[in-house]
Amino acid sequence: MATLDVQVVASDHAVWSGEAKSIRGRTVDGDMGILPGHTPVLALLAEGELVIEPVEGPSVTAHVAGGFFSVDSDKVTIVADDADLTSEA
Amino acid sequence: MGAQIRVYRQKIASTSSMKKIFKAMELIATSRIGKARDRARAASPYAEAITRAVSAVASQHGVEHVLTDSVPEPKRAAVLIMTSDRGLAGAYSTNVLKHSESLVRRLTEAGVEVRPYLYGRKAQAFYDFRSREYDQVWTGKTDAPEFETARDIGSTLVDRFVQPTAEGGVDELYLVYTQFKSMVTQEPVAHRLLPLAVTEAEEGAEAEPMPLYEFEPSPEKVLDALLPKYIESRIFAAMLEASASELAARQKAMKSAADNADELIRKYTLLRNNARQAEITQELTELIAGADALASS
Repeated sequence: MATLDVQVVASDHAVWSGEAKSIRGRTVDGDMGILPGHTPVLALLAEGELVIEPVEGPSVTAHVAGGFFSVDSDKVTIVADDADLTSEA
Repeated sequence: MGAQIRVYRQKIASTSSMKKIFKAMELIATSRIGKARDRARAASPYAEAITRAVSAVASQHGVEHVLTDSVPEPKRAAVLIMTSDRGLAGAYSTNVLKHSESLVRRLTEAGVEVRPYLYGRKAQAFYDFRSREYDQVWTGKTDAPEFETARDIGSTLVDRFVQPTAEGGVDELYLVYTQFKSMVTQEPVAHRLLPLAVTEAEEGAEAEPMPLYEFEPSPEKVLDALLPKYIESRIFAAMLEASASELAARQKAMKSAADNADELIRKYTLLRNNARQAEITQELTELIAGADALASS
């Protein structure tokens, strides 16, 4: 099964990176889910929760305060102004 | 005679205590450089991601945005000058200020009014001493910059840029800071930050075409949000590099100061021993002369 190559970066440090099955985040227009094979997209994030389902282990939740994310052939880059992991495997 | 020895002793004592201070400052700077470079490295994924996104939007959207429109005849330019807060870093701040002065002169000759924005207490002192005016100053944390400051500087300058020229806005934004080339070389550079000329850092490295992105909610909105962030990240990167340069310059300056102190101590020790020997010789001569005079009488 294809997986997503995810990178979460905040302004001054990398927050999380790894392989994931799916990502759910809140954009300015509403929640958005990303699965492998998603069309390339660049979207603005609103303040809210970002949930990553890694290939292995329990899901990772991060609180982001604005930013954006880009999806491009299963490479997902989430650029957040501030991101804090609220729970980790 | 005795007075001379005392003077040399005092000089040796004060030089040694200064040497201790230099040595300590050198060690502190050395240990902080590593941290500063780590921070610069930690911030680079963000800068890269944002640059990639901005060029992705720019490459397919035919960017038309206030921040990328260049004015054919700029009337006013903001110059952000990054120096250190504290001295004892050799010519670090002087070099930046000298570089900024030549940029200011060049702009003024081209008929552009320069609005200085200062970062670091040394720049502020430089402008205050010459009673020149400046628009805003940020001080406090030049050796360990925070992203909050970069955000503040970024939004101030972008606001100023967006303002129409007639109402006091600026047409261009320059950034003068010190590039960290290596532990021994730091070079002051001046960059034009606005209007933006969006280019990928390493062209050719990734020659593959940008994918056709969809934009949420719309290309304009995405660009509106991205470009100020791009500016902030550029400013933050410059701040981090400047702080690493500052520490490297301080380490170098303190090292040569400690070396000079060593040399002075050696010189004064020699002079002190000379003086002591001269005093002993003098006393002996006097004693012998006195004994001779007693014996012959």
